[in-house]
Amino acid sequence: MNGERNETALALHRKLSEIWGTPPGLGKLSAVNHTAVGLRFIVTSGIFFAIGGLLAMLIRAQLATSASPFMEEGLYSQVFTMHGTIMMFLFAIPLIEGFAIYLLPKLLGARDLAFPRLTAFGYWCYLFGGLMLIGALAAGVAPDAGWFMYTPLSSSIHSPGINSDVWLLGVTFVEISAVCAAVEIVVSILKLRAPGMSLARMPILAWYMLVVAGMMLFAFPPLILGSILLEVERAFGLPFFDPERGGDPLLWQHLFWLFGHPEVYIIFLPAAGVLSTLIPVFAGRPLIGYGAVVAAIIAMAFLSFGLWVHHMYMVGISHLAMAFFSAASALVAVPTAIQIFSWLATLTYGRPRFNVPMLYVFGFFFVFVIGGLTGVMLAMIPFDKQAHDTHFVVAHLHYVLIGGFVFPMLAAAYYWMPHMTGRFPVQHLSRAAFWLIFVGFNVTFLVMHLTGLLGMPRRVHTYAAEAGWDTLNLVSSIGGFVMTFGFALVLLDFVLQYRYGRAFPRNPWKAATLEWAMPLPPPVYNFASLPSVDRRADRIAPKEIGAHLAAGRGYLGFARNGQMETLGVSITSGRLEQLIILPNNTFLPLWTALGTASFFLAMLAKLYWAVPIAMLLVLFCALGWTRVTGSQADRGALPVGAGEEAPPHAECSGAPSWWAMVFTLASNATLYASLLFGGLFLWTSAPGWPAEEPPGMSLSLSALTAGMIAAGGVMGAAAVRRAGQGPRALLLASAAAHLAATLLLGWMALNGVPDRTGHALSAVCFAVLFYAGFHTALAAVFALYGAWRDATGLVSQRRNLDLRIGRLWHLYTAVTGVLGVAFVHLLIAMGSAGGAS
Amino acid sequence: MGGTLLGALALAGCSGDLSALDPAGPAARDIARLWWAMLAGSVVLFLLVMGLFALVMLRPEAGRRWSPRTWIAGGGILMPVPILFVLVVFAFAQGEQHLPWRGEHNPVRIEARAHMWFWEFHYLDYPEVQPMVDVLHIPANYDVDVIATSDNVIHGFWVPRLGGKIDATPGHETLVRLYADRTGSFGGICAEYCGTGHAGMTFRVEAHTPAEFRAALGLAGEEAE
Repeated sequence: MNGERNETALALHRKLSEIWGTPPGLGKLSAVNHTAVGLRFIVTSGIFFAIGGLLAMLIRAQLATSASPFMEEGLYSQVFTMHGTIMMFLFAIPLIEGFAIYLLPKLLGARDLAFPRLTAFGYWCYLFGGLMLIGALAAGVAPDAGWFMYTPLSSSIHSPGINSDVWLLGVTFVEISAVCAAVEIVVSILKLRAPGMSLARMPILAWYMLVVAGMMLFAFPPLILGSILLEVERAFGLPFFDPERGGDPLLWQHLFWLFGHPEVYIIFLPAAGVLSTLIPVFAGRPLIGYGAVVAAIIAMAFLSFGLWVHHMYMVGISHLAMAFFSAASALVAVPTAIQIFSWLATLTYGRPRFNVPMLYVFGFFFVFVIGGLTGVMLAMIPFDKQAHDTHFVVAHLHYVLIGGFVFPMLAAAYYWMPHMTGRFPVQHLSRAAFWLIFVGFNVTFLVMHLTGLLGMPRRVHTYAAEAGWDTLNLVSSIGGFVMTFGFALVLLDFVLQYRYGRAFPRNPWKAATLEWAMPLPPPVYNFASLPSVDRRADRIAPKEIGAHLAAGRGYLGFARNGQMETLGVSITSGRLEQLIILPNNTFLPLWTALGTASFFLAMLAKLYWAVPIAMLLVLFCALGWTRVTGSQADRGALPVGAGEEAPPHAECSGAPSWWAMVFTLASNATLYASLLFGGLFLWTSAPGWPAEEPPGMSLSLSALTAGMIAAGGVMGAAAVRRAGQGPRALLLASAAAHLAATLLLGWMALNGVPDRTGHALSAVCFAVLFYAGFHTALAAVFALYGAWRDATGLVSQRRNLDLRIGRLWHLYTAVTGVLGVAFVHLLIAMGSAGGAS
Repeated sequence: MGGTLLGALALAGCSGDLSALDPAGPAARDIARLWWAMLAGSVVLFLLVMGLFALVMLRPEAGRRWSPRTWIAGGGILMPVPILFVLVVFAFAQGEQHLPWRGEHNPVRIEARAHMWFWEFHYLDYPEVQPMVDVLHIPANYDVDVIATSDNVIHGFWVPRLGGKIDATPGHETLVRLYADRTGSFGGICAEYCGTGHAGMTFRVEAHTPAEFRAALGLAGEEAE
C-alpha cells in the first residue's frame, strides 16, 4: 500500500515537473515560475546590496579624516547619491518583492502567483533599470544630486549632463517592476489561496504583504509622476519645478516625500512580517495578538501617508500645519509598539529557543528600538530644526533601515535558506558574522548621532579639522569596515551552506505554516496537490499535510492537458471559486522588457524620434501576451479533485486579471490625482502666478471633446452586455469615438496651449490633456482588441472577461478624461492674470 | 559632585563652533534641553524594552504574570500614548516660543541670499549698508529675523549655536529667528546639499554690542540704538 502510494506520488511528480519545469540553457530566460524568478530577484538584490555597500565603504574612507584627499567632490556626490539610490530602489524594494514572490504561493497553498509572465517582466525591468544606473556609475555619469533629487539642483540648468536623466529614467524603469509586483501580490493574496483559507485564517505574513503591496500601489505613483514631470521639464522644457516660470521646487519635495515616507514603512513592514512569523516559531506557540497586529499594520499603512511633511519642516510651512504632521509622526510609534509587545507576549507565553535567526531578532530589537526613539525625537519640530540634514539623521535612518529591515531580513535568510537550498547552515560562522555586523553597526552609527549634533551636515565631502569631528568620524569608519567584514562572512556562510550544508529533516524549525509542507528544495509546482485549510494557517502540521499532498490526495492532484493549474477562491471567505489556468514559460516578458528598455534608452540618448516607435513596440509585444489566453468554447465547471468542481477563471466574474485591472487603475488614479494636486499646488504656492499668457480653450470644442470621451467610454462599457450577441458594432463605434477624442485632445494640447514651455499653468494643462489623450488612444486599442477577440470566436456570454476588463478601462478613461477637460478650464480660470483669481 | 564632574566632561565634549549642544542663545538652549530630556527618556525606554526582551527570553514564565492583553494594550498603547502626548504638546509650545515676529520690539531683519556657493547678507533695516559676503553681523541680546532665499538651488541656512535652520528655496522667502545672548563669533554652515561646493559654504555670525554692531556696519556711531 505504502509502496503503491509512493509510486503514484513519483509518477505525479514526474508529470507535474514536466508541465511546470523550466527548460535548460538559454531557455532559462523564458522562465516565469515564481520560485525561479523570486530567487533571481533575491540574488540580484544581493549583488546590488554589495555594490551599495562598497560605495558606503568609499564614503567612510573619505570621511575618516578631515580634509581627506581620497575623492574629489564631484565623484563623492555620485558615490553618496548612488549609495542611497541603490540601497532604496535596487536593494530593499526588490528584495521584498523577490521574497514575496518566492514565498507567498507556498505560504498560501498555491502553485504560482496570479500572473507568472508579469513576474518575469517585472524582473527584467528591475534588472535592466538597475544596469542602466550601474552602467552610468561605471561610466562616471551617475546621478549626483542626492538620492532625493531635489530640484532645481537636479534641473537642467544646474545638472546639464545626463546624470539626473539616468536617475529619473532608471528609477522609473525599476518602479515599473515595483508596481507590477504590487498588483500581482495583492491579487495573488486575495484570490490565489488554498480553499478554506479565509482572510482571517491567512498566515500573518500574508497580511503584512497584502498591506505592503497595497501601499506600493498608492505610494509609487507620486514618485513616478514627479519623475516623469521632471524628465519632461529637462527634455522638453515644460516647466513644473522652475520658479522662474511658474513652477515650484517644493512640488518635487511633496511628490517625492508623498512616496518617500510610505516607502519607509513599505520597507519595514515586510521585515516586521518576518518577525511576526519567526518569533512564534521560536517561541513554539502561535502569535499572540493576531488581530491586534493586523489592526496595527493597517493603521500604520494609513498613518504613513500622512507623515511626509516631517521631511519638510525646514521649507517654511506654517508651524500649526507642521504640528499636525508632528503629532501624526509621533502617533506611528503606537502601532509599532503594539507589534513589539505582541512579540514579547508571544515569547513570554512560549518556550523561546535561541539560535541564529533569533540572534538577528535580538539585533532587531536592540537597533530598531533606538531608531524608533530617535525617530520620535526628529518628529519634534524644534529638535528637527537642529538635527535635520545633519549626520544625526544619517544615523537615525540607518538605525531604522538596518535595524528594521536588514537584521530581520538576515533572520529571514537564515530561516528560509534551508527551504531554498535544502541544506542547513554551518553554525559557528553564522554567530561570528552576526557579532561583527552588530558591533560594527553600532560603533559606526551610535557615535554618528553625536557627530550630527556637533554640527556635521550630510553630504559634505570634507570638513575642517577645527570642527572637531575627526575622532568621531574615524570611529564610524572603523565600525563600518568591521560591519563589512561581517557581511562578507555572511556571504561566505551562505556559499558554504549551499555547497557543503548538511541535509536536514523536513521542517527543521518545527514551523506550522504551509511552505514547509513540501519536499526541499521545493519542486517547481510547489504542491503535488493543493491543501484544504480548516484552521488558521500558522497552526497546521506540515509533516502530515505534506505527505497527504505529495500523494496527490488534495485538490488538483493530477495533470490535465499539460495545463498549469491552480485554484482561485472568494476574497473574504476563501471558498473555492475558480480553476485558474496559468500561462507557460515564454520569452515574451523578456522581449517586452527589452522593448521597454529601448524606450528608456531612447529617452536617455535624447533620440526622441525613436520614442514613439519604442512605445509601439511595447504595445505590440503586450498584445502578443494575449495569444495564448482565451478559449473558443464554454467549458463550464471542471472537476478539481476532492469531489469538487470549479469553472475556469475566464468564465468567472472575479477572475484575477479583472481584479488586476481594478488595482492597476486605482494606482493609475493616484498618479492622476497627484497631477491634478500638482496643478492646484502650483496655483496656490508657486511664484509667478497668475500667468500672463494663459492657454485659450474654446468652450464648444472642449464640450465636443468631453462628449466624445464620454461616448467612447459608455459604448465600450456597454459592449459587455452584448457579449455573445454581436458586441462588435458597439466596440467599433467606441473605438471611433475614442480615436476622435484622441485627435481632439491632441489638437487642444498643441493649439490651445501654445506657451507650454513658458509657464507652469500651460505645462500642467498640456500634461492633463496629454494624459487624457493617452488614455483615449489606449481605450481605442481596448475596443479594437475586444472586437478582434469577438471576431476570432473568443468571446461568448460566459467568456466575456476581455470585454469586462476593457469596460474598466473605458469607464476610467471616460471619468478621468471628462474631469481632465473640466480641470483644465478651471485651472485656466483661476490661474490667469485676467481670470477669477 | 561626581555627577557635576561627569556633566562638565560631557559638556566639554559637546562644545564646538558648530555644536547644537553648545548653545549661545535661548532657542538653541531650549532645543538642547529638549534633546537632553528626550535622551534621558529614551535611555529609560530602551533599557525597559531590552530588559523585557531579556526577561522573556531567559525567564519566560516570569512574564506570564501579565495577561497577553496587558502586554499588548499596556506596552503598545497605555505606555506610549501619554508620553507622546506630553512630548508633542511640549515641543509644540516650545516651537511657538521661538517663531519669528514674536518679539516685543521690532527685530533686526536681514536677508540671507544663498548663492553657489556663498552667502550674501543684506541689512534690510539699513539700506545704505553694502551687502556682505559670508559674514553676518548681528546685535547680541536682540532678536534677529533672517529671511532666507535663493535664486539658484536650495540651500540651508544654519547657525547651530544660535538656533534652528531654515531652507533657502528659490521662489520663496523663509524666516528663522536668531538670538545670541552673548557677544562673540559663531559658525554657520549650509545644511542642504547644493552641489559640489556644499562643504565649503560656511559663514560666520558676529554678535556685537549695539555700538560695535553699528561700527561693523559702518554706520555713524551717534545714533541711539
